[in-house]
Amino acid sequence: MEYMLFICTDPSAPKYVAAEDNIVEWGAEMDSRGVTRHGNRLRPVEDATTVTVREGEVVVSDGPFAETKEWIAGYDIIDCTDLDEAIEVASKHPMARFGKIEIRPVWPLGE
Amino acid sequence: MVTEPATEVQTAIALASAAETARITATLIRVTGDWSLAEDCVQDAFARALVDWPVRGIPKNSGAWLTTVAKNRAIDRMRSAASEKRAVRELATLTKLEGLPEGPGANPAVDDDRLRLIYTCCHPALPLEARVALTLRTVAGLTTGEIARAFLVSEATMSKRLVRARAKIRNAGIPYRVPPPELISERTAGILSVLYLMFNEGYSATGDSALIREPLVQEAMRLARLLIALLDDSPQQTEALGLLALMLFHHARRETRTDAAGDLVTLEEQDRGSWDEASIAEANALLAAAEQLGISRRSRPGSYCVQAAIAACHMVAPDAGSTDFAKVAALYELLGQIAPSPVIELNRAVAVAMSQGPEAGLALIDRLERERSLDGYYLLPAAKADLLRRLGRKTEAHRGYRRARELAPSEVERRYLSKRLAETAPASQTDQTTSPRTGAEEKK
Repeated sequence: MEYMLFICTDPSAPKYVAAEDNIVEWGAEMDSRGVTRHGNRLRPVEDATTVTVREGEVVVSDGPFAETKEWIAGYDIIDCTDLDEAIEVASKHPMARFGKIEIRPVWPLGE
Repeated sequence: MVTEPATEVQTAIALASAAETARITATLIRVTGDWSLAEDCVQDAFARALVDWPVRGIPKNSGAWLTTVAKNRAIDRMRSAASEKRAVRELATLTKLEGLPEGPGANPAVDDDRLRLIYTCCHPALPLEARVALTLRTVAGLTTGEIARAFLVSEATMSKRLVRARAKIRNAGIPYRVPPPELISERTAGILSVLYLMFNEGYSATGDSALIREPLVQEAMRLARLLIALLDDSPQQTEALGLLALMLFHHARRETRTDAAGDLVTLEEQDRGSWDEASIAEANALLAAAEQLGISRRSRPGSYCVQAAIAACHMVAPDAGSTDFAKVAALYELLGQIAPSPVIELNRAVAVAMSQGPEAGLALIDRLERERSLDGYYLLPAAKADLLRRLGRKTEAHRGYRRARELAPSEVERRYLSKRLAETAPASQTDQTTSPRTGAEEKK
């Protein structure tokens, strides 16, 4: 099953400690297990652009929809046996400690 | 043609429902992977029994009869739903369904099936209330209407909750299995907390709703028994034994918790002669078995075993005064080490006050007050007021009871605290406080 991990910031989480960041090891483990499909960081919300089409007209605006304290800082698409494996994969990601991770099952078209 | 008396059929169906629902549902889920289909087919089988058994007689092996009917129903449903696209997969499922053994007993996979079902219903990715509802529906075999009534919500609300839970199991890929060793301890603890929540929902109800919610108490205890049987020989069984012992200790004094007027009766004042001796004896035996298991495995006692041991101290004392409060205080200290909480610390303070005198307890309560983690919790000022009253510091006690009454969550507790207020009232104020609920004064 495919899941998308939303890597989120969380103001109530412990402060980031560079020495405890195991993202490289995490990536290596998940690659060797064949779990990771694709994933990366995301540029901050200041670099976001919003597009809408209303009555045929494309409207482009700057920034996110709403000011929030929590935002998505990265993502990973993973392929796992089941939710328990996805939970295990997410729990090993450094941002599970310094932020939080939302696991969303991918919903293929036609299902 | 046999005609069975209606009551006998009803009894037979109720017994079969309690004994067979989880087993048949669990097996159908394993084979078909479809929760709604499995539950519907089992329900259909019981509906058929209701029509069939009064006329043709109650089958000798009712479990096998129900399995066959539910299985055939599943086969019919899958055949008619089979589409071109999914034909191959459904054909494989149909073959497995047709090959299922008919009755209980011969199949060692059955216990695993029921365990799988319980672990899946109690998966932490499901909302807590859905875990409770799904366990009652699927493992205990209660109808959606019965669960809705026990939770005091409409059948539509409960039905929606169950539909969502089943959808999440399917869509989010929640596995249908007994968890692997690295997860088993935490997941079993999760099941126990679902069962204890179920029990408390029923047990904490008073008055009219107590009768309506009683099935929750009964089902929680029945499910705890089932879990103990299924967890035989596993290290997880110890805490399950502790939980059932704890439930039985509570249940044994259920009738004595309130008086005829519906007012709260404290543990010290309850009529111990009316406690259910059989439940107490069984709870003591379970607790002893749990302690024995713990010793033989050299494992630290879990929180349910310790809570049951605390309850045992109260339940075996012939009167409140002869309770071994030193042991109670020591057990609360142990419980606080397993699961630190200011409420446990408050209970320890009360036990310390009972064994070493009010001053010792008061010192612990003062510390809790300074930590402020129990701000707004009515039992903190109430417990403090009790100790002040015993020390003869009536004015301070009175103030504490008043504060507690302001914070109390329910009318039953407010009435109890009003009585205490009246007892500690200075002479000049007696009029206001002995006639509570006369209007504005009460709200102050």
